[in-house]
Amino acid sequence: MSSREDILNRIRAGRSTAKPHPGSGPSPKRGQVAGAERKALFVRMAQQALASVDEARSRAEVPGLVKNYLSQHNLPAEARLAPDPRITGLDWASQPLLSTSVGGTDGSHPISVTGAFAGVAETGTLALTSGAPSPTLLNFLPETHIVVVDAKDLAGSYEELWTKLKAQYGETMPRTLNLVTGPSRSGDIEQTILMGAHGPKRLHIIVVDEP
Amino acid sequence: MESTAHLFKDNVTRALNDAHLQQALGHVRTKFIDKRQQAMAALPEFEALRDAGRDLKNHVLSRLDEYLVEFEGNVKKNGGHVHWAATPAEARKIILDICRGTGAKTVTKGKTMVGEEIGINDHLAANGIEPIETDLGEYIIQLRGEAPSHIIAPSVHVTKDQVEETFRRVHTDLDPNRNLSEPSSLLHEARVKLRGRFIAADVGITGANFLIANSGTTTIVTNEGNGDLTQTLPRIHIVLAGIEKIVPRIEDAGLLLRLLARSATGQEMSSYTTFSTGPRRPEDVDGPDAFHVVLVDNGRSKLLGTEFEEMLRCIRCGACLNHCPIYHNVGGHAYGWVYAGPIGAITTPALIGIEHSAPLPEASSLCGRCEQVCPVRIPIPKMLRAWREEAFERRLHGNRARWALKLWAALATRPALYRLVTRIGAGALGALGGKRGRFTSLPFAEAWTAHRDLPAPQGRTFMAMYRGKK
Repeated sequence: MSSREDILNRIRAGRSTAKPHPGSGPSPKRGQVAGAERKALFVRMAQQALASVDEARSRAEVPGLVKNYLSQHNLPAEARLAPDPRITGLDWASQPLLSTSVGGTDGSHPISVTGAFAGVAETGTLALTSGAPSPTLLNFLPETHIVVVDAKDLAGSYEELWTKLKAQYGETMPRTLNLVTGPSRSGDIEQTILMGAHGPKRLHIIVVDEP
Repeated sequence: MESTAHLFKDNVTRALNDAHLQQALGHVRTKFIDKRQQAMAALPEFEALRDAGRDLKNHVLSRLDEYLVEFEGNVKKNGGHVHWAATPAEARKIILDICRGTGAKTVTKGKTMVGEEIGINDHLAANGIEPIETDLGEYIIQLRGEAPSHIIAPSVHVTKDQVEETFRRVHTDLDPNRNLSEPSSLLHEARVKLRGRFIAADVGITGANFLIANSGTTTIVTNEGNGDLTQTLPRIHIVLAGIEKIVPRIEDAGLLLRLLARSATGQEMSSYTTFSTGPRRPEDVDGPDAFHVVLVDNGRSKLLGTEFEEMLRCIRCGACLNHCPIYHNVGGHAYGWVYAGPIGAITTPALIGIEHSAPLPEASSLCGRCEQVCPVRIPIPKMLRAWREEAFERRLHGNRARWALKLWAALATRPALYRLVTRIGAGALGALGGKRGRFTSLPFAEAWTAHRDLPAPQGRTFMAMYRGKK
């Protein structure tokens, strides 16, 4: 008998009568907010998770905000852009001191700029999906990760995120869905939290709220 | 992993006399508990979510076979492979065959407790394939040749100075005069050392926090991002998971995620929660070419329908360890096998046999804190008692313990005799305790008095006082 049958048979011999699915518990009230309140909750929770956040009133402001962020933190003025039309379509030429290139990464790029599929206000979390416009390694190899998210793509709760995911992807999940809550960290040395373990040391989020 | 669970008492003696360990354990007693408390306070729905988590897991266990088959079908549909391993030896063979099939020289690893169960690192190394742990804590203990001492904080028994010592001993290519006094410099060194290994690895092995049946998705939760580099950079991603990790839908994973990080580290969410569905797709810029899931039973299925079934609800958050007064004093290695603390004291007998781990269920004062904090409400004290009964019935303890228990039973079931003996005993001990009111050593209780004083009874017994009031 194969191990598969062996395991399944043991389960069938031992399991109790099938119980109905009990549902997935209450959705925290905290996330049941909309509009400006939802954006404010997202920003507050992301900051609590030690991400930094800028707010923009239009997409056109993004290249300038990226340049400013890098200058303020004494970081190299070079950004690897995700091949996402929402990112590459911006007017990067407006920032002559910032050099940009487009594509995935092999670890040689210190800074990446990517677009988010969504955000979740409940915990200040970004939802990033893999695909041609969004190579997964841009989320992990660079020391600084800058993410642009549209305010209209912010979900209040995880329940809303799952609904949004199904609306976009149907039955088949994207190969990778990364839920990112703040930058990389480790508490493995005497339970002291240190930033930038293997992933990005800094996570900067730009929330674009176009009227 | 070789078990020393049967040597628990010797392990404890060593742990209590280990000054480094005692210093390191100080961080568990405070930090984890405070952070969890803050997370609870920030989420009024937490108790209701715990009920829902318990009910969901019970549901899954009642249909485990159906969900596993559904999961298998959906992994295949997305181009992945599913392997079933009834025993550790089978799981090791499956993984070694995959590694050999691709000519692997090095394998990076995200944290996996099932990997410890099956002893995958030693097996790969014995067959000429180098396993590289990438979680900072796991990396530290791999360099030190140790096993994890905590489910989510594997190196919690190591002090900062010991990490520095280890890095200086192993990273001999670096400047011996470099400054490693700050924890951040240690972290930086590990980051730089491991970056090249991530990129060079042929295979990446991770565990799984959840397996999602209706989409064939596996999920890992990390704070470092090491799991993501482990599974995205190499050609092959192998997921190693216990069969109880299954949930029906992503919404159910969402429920358990609301419980997991808050119970574990007191975070709202860990930094990275990653859902993986199959290998890279034609349009993808990165990701593994092949995706394998190894479903490991190793004694789990035979717990279904027994009084121990409920331990399969465990989501491996570590809260019971963080809140256990025994764990606080002896740390994780004393438990002698993969899982430490209260969950270890009930899981180890289930997976390797009570005959090899009889002392573990005794390692509890039955204070009940573990059950109080368990996110899926596993009745750990009840199971500890059940294992104790089984160990007694199977005569797994020495004669002294058996006779002491029988003597106690004889007394406790005869109230008049009990009152007489306790009155005489309390009086005698009270008199012997003298002015100091405590004993620093007592015959038959050396193990107790070696580490603390025994207070001498004072005044009359409770029953005597109770009668006096009536």
